[in-house]
Amino acid sequence: MICQGKALRYGNHVDTDVIIPARYLNTSDPKELAAHCMADIDPEFSQRLNPGDIIAAGYNFGCGSSREHAPLAIKTSGVSCVIAKSFARIFYRNSINIGLPIVVSDLDIQDGDQVSVDLNAGVLRNLTQGTEDTFPPFSPFLQEIIASGGLMKSLEDGKL
Amino acid sequence: MSTKMTMTQKIIAAHCGRDSVQADEIVLAQIDLVLGNDITAPVAINEFDKAGISAVFDKDKIALVLDHFTPNKDIKAAEQSKKVREFARRHDITHFYDVGQVGIEHALLPEKGLVSAGDLIIGADSHTCTYGGLGAFSTGVGSTDMAAAMASGKVWLRVPRAIRVELTGQFPSHVSGKDLILHLIGRIGVDGALYQSLEFTGPGVANLTVDDRLCVCNMAIEAGAKNGIFPVDEQALEYIRAHGAQPPRVYAADPDAEYERVIRIDLSELSPTVAFPHLPENTRSIDEVAKDLAIDQVVIGSCTNGRLSDLIAAAEILKNRRIHPRVRCLIFPATQKIYLDAIRLGLFDIFVNAGCAVSTPTCGPCLGGHMGILAEGERCVATTNRNFVGRMGHPGSEVYLAGPAVAAASAVLGRVGSPDELPAIEED
Ligand code: SF4
Repeated sequence: MICQGKALRYGNHVDTDVIIPARYLNTSDPKELAAHCMADIDPEFSQRLNPGDIIAAGYNFGCGSSREHAPLAIKTSGVSCVIAKSFARIFYRNSINIGLPIVVSDLDIQDGDQVSVDLNAGVLRNLTQGTEDTFPPFSPFLQEIIASGGLMKSLEDGKL
Repeated sequence: MSTKMTMTQKIIAAHCGRDSVQADEIVLAQIDLVLGNDITAPVAINEFDKAGISAVFDKDKIALVLDHFTPNKDIKAAEQSKKVREFARRHDITHFYDVGQVGIEHALLPEKGLVSAGDLIIGADSHTCTYGGLGAFSTGVGSTDMAAAMASGKVWLRVPRAIRVELTGQFPSHVSGKDLILHLIGRIGVDGALYQSLEFTGPGVANLTVDDRLCVCNMAIEAGAKNGIFPVDEQALEYIRAHGAQPPRVYAADPDAEYERVIRIDLSELSPTVAFPHLPENTRSIDEVAKDLAIDQVVIGSCTNGRLSDLIAAAEILKNRRIHPRVRCLIFPATQKIYLDAIRLGLFDIFVNAGCAVSTPTCGPCLGGHMGILAEGERCVATTNRNFVGRMGHPGSEVYLAGPAVAAASAVLGRVGSPDELPAIEED
């Protein structure tokens, strides 16, 4: 699977409160959540985003509250992949469980850079800067969850 | 036979039916309890129903706690609560807590005897790590994890590496578990323990109350940790017995267990500590705080510091004093039992006479939900656990995290300050 799009760049410690503020958590409807995605860090997010675009961030992306509404809002907004130098652990597992591709990489990516990610080959390319990085594949267990289309699907398939 | 495992790794191994596990491997573990609240459970219930699952794995091992936007703050929140209520009825969930019985989940579960040493508990709430205070392995997960666990009784886990935190000494006055964990986060940063366990050890552990330990583990996630955990001593066992929990299973780390690093903290050297906006790692000891940081609101409560001992610490300071006229001071006992105990001890008289508003148990203001939202430019001292941008309301508001003693003193002073700065009061 290949994701390609423009990068929207954020810093370190982007927490789930700014990804989807609690005041919008009185619903679990993905479309409504997506409408408020990144509201408290980038109010222009939904205008700036084209389907398939990529979020690129620093360390500890998705820290804070366990709210799955955060990766869900990002995924439903049309973001194809999140790249960060590191992820907070609950955000990491939530993304795998709902099938939002995430990649850990130190590659320099600036706001607006064109980026492509080959998830199967484990290669990340910054097309604007002409640089690339590789990343290790997920463990077989997690690959199976991803291949099934998320945790619930792999449960239905009798794999849990 | 030595297995070189940490305390956390031993609990995980036991729940996989294995003699040992290794750091970084991914395992499928059996759970003792899965928790969800009125924000995270509806998403889990959607997933559960969408997958066409008809029965829960064990109706006694699921806790559903309506604590975040309750009493229902608006129509949408009411619909979410209703979804959980209906699910609880349909599946005859034993541990379902609605308004009137509810408390903030992480204060409520230990109090209800749903946590025992050696348990493996997951919750669709990041502060599920609280129960390490009683020697359980507990960690926050997402709603899909919760849905899968309600169906299968299992969770996938990456076995964590660990940091050992060695405690010596004893707290000085006005210093508590909150100051210890803020100090630690200030030292290692908000991702200082990412994916790892924080295992607390050392002679200082005996000087921490169970409430202190729960508070410390509560904020392990604020250092990025998977869990925090304390050894199980007589104090913990006594708590577990007194609350009627399952018989404890006591695990201890192997003497040659491997740790990524060791951090030593002498409790007697700690002072009241405050975390400045907008990250819990921005800590300063109270004597490093300028004396002109005027505040608008104080919140005393939450799963971090809403226990009876916290309310007593606040009341000791507020007794025969008045809240500063510019400050709203909101007090949230964490559970119904704590609420009643506080009334019986006369704490409500002290709070109301001082000019505080006392609320029914709810997460309310802690997550900027309701019952105390901040306007732009407002500043709040809170005994909660997060001070991210917009956490308690407007993105342009500020939250300062502190323990109950500093929060109460600040409410009186009208600025961020310490109990030592308060003028003495005439005894009446
Ligand atoms: S009190 Fe705050 S941190 Fe604790 S469970 Fe409620 S919202 Fe979360």
